[in-house]
Amino acid sequence: MTEDVVPVMRIGDTLLVALQGDLDDTTVIRIEEQLTREIANTSATGMLIDVSRLSVVDSFIARVLARIVAMVRLLGAQAAVVGIQPAVAITLVELGVPMGHLDTALTAEQGLALLQRLRRDDTGTDLP
Amino acid sequence: MTTGSFTNHEPDVFGIGHEADLIRVRKVLRAEAETAGLNLVDATKLITAGSELARNILNYATGGRGRIRVEQIHREGRRGVRATFSDDGPGIEDIDAALTDGFSTRGSLGLGLPGAQRLVDDMTITSDTTSGTTVVIVKWER
Repeated sequence: MTEDVVPVMRIGDTLLVALQGDLDDTTVIRIEEQLTREIANTSATGMLIDVSRLSVVDSFIARVLARIVAMVRLLGAQAAVVGIQPAVAITLVELGVPMGHLDTALTAEQGLALLQRLRRDDTGTDLP
Repeated sequence: MTTGSFTNHEPDVFGIGHEADLIRVRKVLRAEAETAGLNLVDATKLITAGSELARNILNYATGGRGRIRVEQIHREGRRGVRATFSDDGPGIEDIDAALTDGFSTRGSLGLGLPGAQRLVDDMTITSDTTSGTTVVIVKWER
């Protein structure tokens, strides 16, 4: 499947993706495939995944989000998840989804600054 | 375990057998959570727990099929939502193990059942290898 599922905006070297709506598992997987392609096909060095319009993130969606971030890193770029709603964050922590290793920011603007910092700090070693 | 009584509000009952039903389950739970006056955090927890349980049916039940029933409940002046997920098999062999974090027969994170349990006020599982599995979750308004 190669058709695009989500619109991806480019700001400088960073790709900005805003997820929205109620996502079923197939859609989530297709988004993962699309974003991996986008990073591989562009010279983007960062990706911000905006989840502020997701009112539900269950363990599957969370797991795929973490996988997308890991893949972006493998492809030599940095990724951060921005805008997790407070109710979603509380739910994810209680659900027990391990997301502590994800770089996150409250807003897209803070996310851009975070990516800048990650790029600067990126000396080839894994960040905690 | 019985919690509360029915109201005249008709329960939502429908089959689960396709991925699109994940979205329907979330939508119905959201509407019922609103009716019961659950706050945003509690509604989100209930919807997420329901999403996990519906996915369990798709992934583990015979033919990936099952049913859900969602209803309003009342107890001592408090309102709540009860959702009952049932399937016709094959049943959970070891419920205690299935309720343990990290236990999975499918290579997933194994958070489905124990995670759902943490998100609701009450969760009961009945399961045997002849009649299948029923999981009942309850969330009360604060």
